[in-house]
Amino acid sequence: MVYQDIGQHISHQYDEDLESLRSKVLNMGGLVEKQVQNALLALTRADSSLAEDVATSDYRINSMEIAIDEECTQVIARRQPAASDLRLLVTIYKTITDLERIGDEAEKIGRHAVKLAAIERTPTYFSEIKHLGEQVCKMLHECLDALARMDIDSAFVIAQGDRAINDEYDALTRQLITYMMEDPRSIKRSLRVMWCARSLERIGDHAKNICEYVIYTVAGQDIRHTSFDQVKAELSDSNDK
Amino acid sequence: MTMAAPQISQDVLLNRASLELEKEQTCFECRDFGLYYGNNQALRGIDMVIPERRVTAFIGPSGCGKSTLLRCMNRMNDLIDTVRLEGEMLLHGKDINSKSINVTELRRQVGMVFQKPNPFPKTVYENVAYGLRLQGVNKKRVLDEHVEWALKGAALWDEVKDRLQDNALGLSGGQQQRLVIARAIAIEPQVILLDEPASALDPISTLKIEELIIQLKQDYTVVIVTHNMQQAARVSDYTAFLYLGELIEFGATDQLFTNPAQKQTEDYITGRYG
Repeated sequence: MVYQDIGQHISHQYDEDLESLRSKVLNMGGLVEKQVQNALLALTRADSSLAEDVATSDYRINSMEIAIDEECTQVIARRQPAASDLRLLVTIYKTITDLERIGDEAEKIGRHAVKLAAIERTPTYFSEIKHLGEQVCKMLHECLDALARMDIDSAFVIAQGDRAINDEYDALTRQLITYMMEDPRSIKRSLRVMWCARSLERIGDHAKNICEYVIYTVAGQDIRHTSFDQVKAELSDSNDK
Repeated sequence: MTMAAPQISQDVLLNRASLELEKEQTCFECRDFGLYYGNNQALRGIDMVIPERRVTAFIGPSGCGKSTLLRCMNRMNDLIDTVRLEGEMLLHGKDINSKSINVTELRRQVGMVFQKPNPFPKTVYENVAYGLRLQGVNKKRVLDEHVEWALKGAALWDEVKDRLQDNALGLSGGQQQRLVIARAIAIEPQVILLDEPASALDPISTLKIEELIIQLKQDYTVVIVTHNMQQAARVSDYTAFLYLGELIEFGATDQLFTNPAQKQTEDYITGRYG
């Protein structure tokens, strides 16, 4: 297993190209994280103007994705990257797709938040979704941190955190179903909350994907669709080599 | 204008995806192989297996010994007085440097093609027939068949079938290189050594040579030295990275170019060397 940091190419321009790409991806990550945080705030505070803002700002993330995509293609065409450089570019390609989808989920939450704010001024179901949202925001933040530092150990731990998010989502779903059974008038509202919870759960999945890409970049191993125990064994094998 | 992509058969692609060195048949084997030019050690402690009917590429910076190692495979270095060898170089289990080996026969089995095409100043036909005539084949019908077969094997037949009696020096660089490969395969060797076969050619001719190399491996073991790493990545099944006369890493090309095991290999293929 060999992972080289971006620098030290004979061509300084190549170093600069890769560095520029990396910083753009991190910028995009920062913007996406902010969108998710705002979406959650808008939802839990029933702040319709913030929700509107989140719902209409997604275009910035989309245009960043297109720009980074284009730059990646240019680097591949000009440099024919190999080994860790190639893995980094593959990771960037995939990461921006996941980030863009996280942006889409934030946008969806924003749209639901606008409607929910109109229905109800005192949000009753939001303490649970707030908890789920905080978990997801923390995971996303840590995942972007692992990406910035190419920290394989953190990435592995964070990826496992997706299980807890899925459990929380299941619990929230059960709770919302109970509400709906108790009071059918709440169905419309509960469904919107459930869709927001679903978006948060999907954001957790995307963050997990990004952690898997970090592991691929650093260790050169594709751990998708593999159990964590197996991954742990494989990673320790490759470290021993 | 659209250009058709070279077609590679599905079998070849599948073959490549499931490569495992342990399951390959051995063609060449180096055992603690070393070489000195006078007091200067150019190769040291090389242990490597070249698998049969596969393309193996040697890569490395200038002066790392890759051409020297290639030339050892058909004893071209015999011509240099100061060369001294150590260790063993086995071809199908027999040491090619032992006294019982007939060098002419070895070179018939292990053909070589160089960086610059070197056709004889004769007709296209005679270039390919030359090796056969040396072997005592003189019947025109047999020669005709072999020349056509070799030129087809080198993917040159369609371009020269109406120019067989023209001087070979009138062909383009890429055609000359394929002619030289046809000359090499006409005598049906087991192994073809290629020392930077496309470095003097334009991109289109280079692609034709690369396509040819992929076809050749169905019948021959091919060993290629190249400075062009993308070329090594495109055509080879296995790659050896040499540095300062030592074998640093040897492995399946797919693995070596995406996730090399050694830092020196990583530095070289990502352009951090130096």
